[in-house]
Amino acid sequence: MDTAAHTHGHHDHHDHKPGFVQRWLFSTNHKDIGTLYIGFALFAAIIGIGISLLMRLELAHPGMQIFANGQMWNAYVSAHGLIMVFFVIMPALIGGFGNWFVPIMIGAPDMAFPRLNNISFWLMVPAFMLMTAALFVGEGPGGGWTIYPPLTDNTYHPSMALDLGLFALHLAGASSILGAANFITTIFNMRAPGMTLHKMPLFVWAMLVTAFLLLLAVPVLAGAITMLITDRNFGTAFFDPAGGGDPVLFQHLFWFFGHPEVYIMILPAFGIVSHIVSTFSRKPVFGYLGMAYAMVAIGFVGFVVWAHHMFTSGIDVDTRAYFMAATMVIAVPTGIKIFSWIATMWGGSLRFETPMLFAIGFIFLFTVGGVTGVVLANAGITQILHNTYYVVAHFHYVLSLGAVFGIYAGIYYWIGKMSGRQYPERLGQIHFWLTFVGVNLTFFPMHFLGNQGMPRRYPDYPDAFAGWNLIASVGSYISVASFLFFFYVLYVTFTKGAKAAANPWGEGATTLEWQVSSPPPFHTFDELPRVR
Amino acid sequence: MASQSETGASPYKHPYHLVDPSPWPLLSAFSGGALVLGIVLLAHNGIHWVLAAGLLATLACMFFWWRDVLKESATPGLHTPVVRIGLRYGMVLFIASEVMFFVAFFWAYFHFALYPAHVSGAEHAVWPPAGVLTFDPFGLPFLNTMILLLSGCTVTWAHHALLENDRKSLITGLALTVFLGISFTGFQIWEYAEAPFAFTGGIYPSTFFLATGFHGFHVFVGTCFLTVCLIRAIRGGFTPERHFGFEAAAWYWHFVDVVWLFLFIFIYWWGAGEIAQH
Repeated sequence: MDTAAHTHGHHDHHDHKPGFVQRWLFSTNHKDIGTLYIGFALFAAIIGIGISLLMRLELAHPGMQIFANGQMWNAYVSAHGLIMVFFVIMPALIGGFGNWFVPIMIGAPDMAFPRLNNISFWLMVPAFMLMTAALFVGEGPGGGWTIYPPLTDNTYHPSMALDLGLFALHLAGASSILGAANFITTIFNMRAPGMTLHKMPLFVWAMLVTAFLLLLAVPVLAGAITMLITDRNFGTAFFDPAGGGDPVLFQHLFWFFGHPEVYIMILPAFGIVSHIVSTFSRKPVFGYLGMAYAMVAIGFVGFVVWAHHMFTSGIDVDTRAYFMAATMVIAVPTGIKIFSWIATMWGGSLRFETPMLFAIGFIFLFTVGGVTGVVLANAGITQILHNTYYVVAHFHYVLSLGAVFGIYAGIYYWIGKMSGRQYPERLGQIHFWLTFVGVNLTFFPMHFLGNQGMPRRYPDYPDAFAGWNLIASVGSYISVASFLFFFYVLYVTFTKGAKAAANPWGEGATTLEWQVSSPPPFHTFDELPRVR
Repeated sequence: MASQSETGASPYKHPYHLVDPSPWPLLSAFSGGALVLGIVLLAHNGIHWVLAAGLLATLACMFFWWRDVLKESATPGLHTPVVRIGLRYGMVLFIASEVMFFVAFFWAYFHFALYPAHVSGAEHAVWPPAGVLTFDPFGLPFLNTMILLLSGCTVTWAHHALLENDRKSLITGLALTVFLGISFTGFQIWEYAEAPFAFTGGIYPSTFFLATGFHGFHVFVGTCFLTVCLIRAIRGGFTPERHFGFEAAAWYWHFVDVVWLFLFIFIYWWGAGEIAQH
């Protein structure tokens, strides 16, 4: 991307920062709010990953180890899923990197609605408080992250725990909707002169598509959980067969949100990986327009494939045939992206620094998860594999090893820009390899467990599954160790990291954030850059 | 450095509004948290005060937040033309998300109305389910349809009056719109009181009351929005060139109107069964 920015260095006059309360509690600054989001996501990750460690400790051996009963297990499984989706991945990728870099990349001084931006962040805090409080009330929210009735009816979850969880989702959803409107308005209305849509960096394209998915999908979830709340508390019968209702309706509504949601989690990572692959190959992205419109296509098709999550819910065979075919169509734009990343690297002068390692790790592991996704898209095969560990392996390959690798890649790529201090390269590489080995050891054996028929969401299993489960648990210990090591890397970065130059990556890094100082001034552009 | 809104002159060489730090987002978020916690505590433990406090705090935050927005809009140099375009985008996108919220409730309705076999336990696949008596669509529902359509006319009349700088007609048109909105809500309450089915009476009342109920709530919100515009108009606010608050209220009102047309056509009329006699 050929950009020429006229950005002034920061005069004291323009870099005046408000006091602590004004700056961090009452903030209207996209970079500070982005930092808050990333800090929040890291904190939530400690809890979400901590729960996953408890789960793997339980599953390391047959028999019950640490959980009192299956309901408690279910509550922790649900909390792990909901926390990782709504309070780790989304805040880090969308709230964190989106806030930090969308305005800078399009040459805007801030987001369109800075106050809405701040309420989007702060809504996450009471939401997270309600979600974690739910774990300690009554029987806990044990319905899985998909909260299907009838298990989530007041017959099986009579206490307020599930209601607290549902209202936590309402708050997080409101945050997402407001954030989405903010991103779309910012991208459409605040691009610098010359920054046409077809010159926009791919991360901005990714955030634009993500924001549209959020805007249109999350309100449907809000409707669904509202009906669940009234079913549970006020006597309606939407999902209650006793009153004529239909639990499958909830699955339709949930997955009409839930399937776009998986693209909401992965598209921002697509954007980050595109930038990193280009930067560390010292080449522009191969097939820029194809890459942008592949994301648009994934967004569109992502809205019409939801019932592939319901192949065993009793939907008829024609419906299954349609959803199977439509789902496989998504492999086409996704393939465009994978091959374009590879073509970007082809013939480039590659440098394997930590962000690039995570980006290549992302491409490899996301492809593995994508291929098992195509397997699961087959309605016939899913009759066998549904709700087995094969599904758990699949979605952790695209999320834990896809979206989370995207987050790590983004942090290493941009931490110098955000903090003004560069990470220690050797420690970053150690962190990558620890993580890579740990997560693959955790999740690859789950394919085998699923093929052998081990069902998900049970705290115990027959002895026959013991071997691969132990290996998966050992893998998770390594993954958790790598997560702790990551905090050490952060500590070293903030205390001993070298001062980051405006552009530490050289000629491959062409987007606007590399044209401003590290960290950028409080208000990035007091004069708009011009993009040629 | 004097803040932007104090001096009224932007120190920046760009047309965007960099908003000063504000306590309302943080306070709104925690008020909203108290509000939903209050609903849970009321439903499970019969505790009222958390809900009351959360609701009051939320309303207070909304008041102060929008008061600040109005102050800024009156401060030269903040709501520049490009910022006003941004506000339009924001309102359109907000309404789009609201449309999707109603999609969920129409989805629930059509899940059963188009495929009565989805109704659990019914001997005959019919909609409305056997034994459910429904409203005469051409009684109160049609009256409410006419009221909302008329209110769409009066708000457009007010808009044209505003464009012509005819303040008297603006105020008359807006006042009539607010009156029609209140009338709609009154008739809706009357209709609910006369309903031939109970709220907890199964799947038909569930789909009916939540779809029309959330619409009714949106009518109430729209009426409040228009009332604020009416007060601003009486106090001399809005010019023929700058009146986005009014336009946003009118867009919202039309959105509420269109949702009602879908409710009337598909739930009251197409979905009518045996008509209840009064």
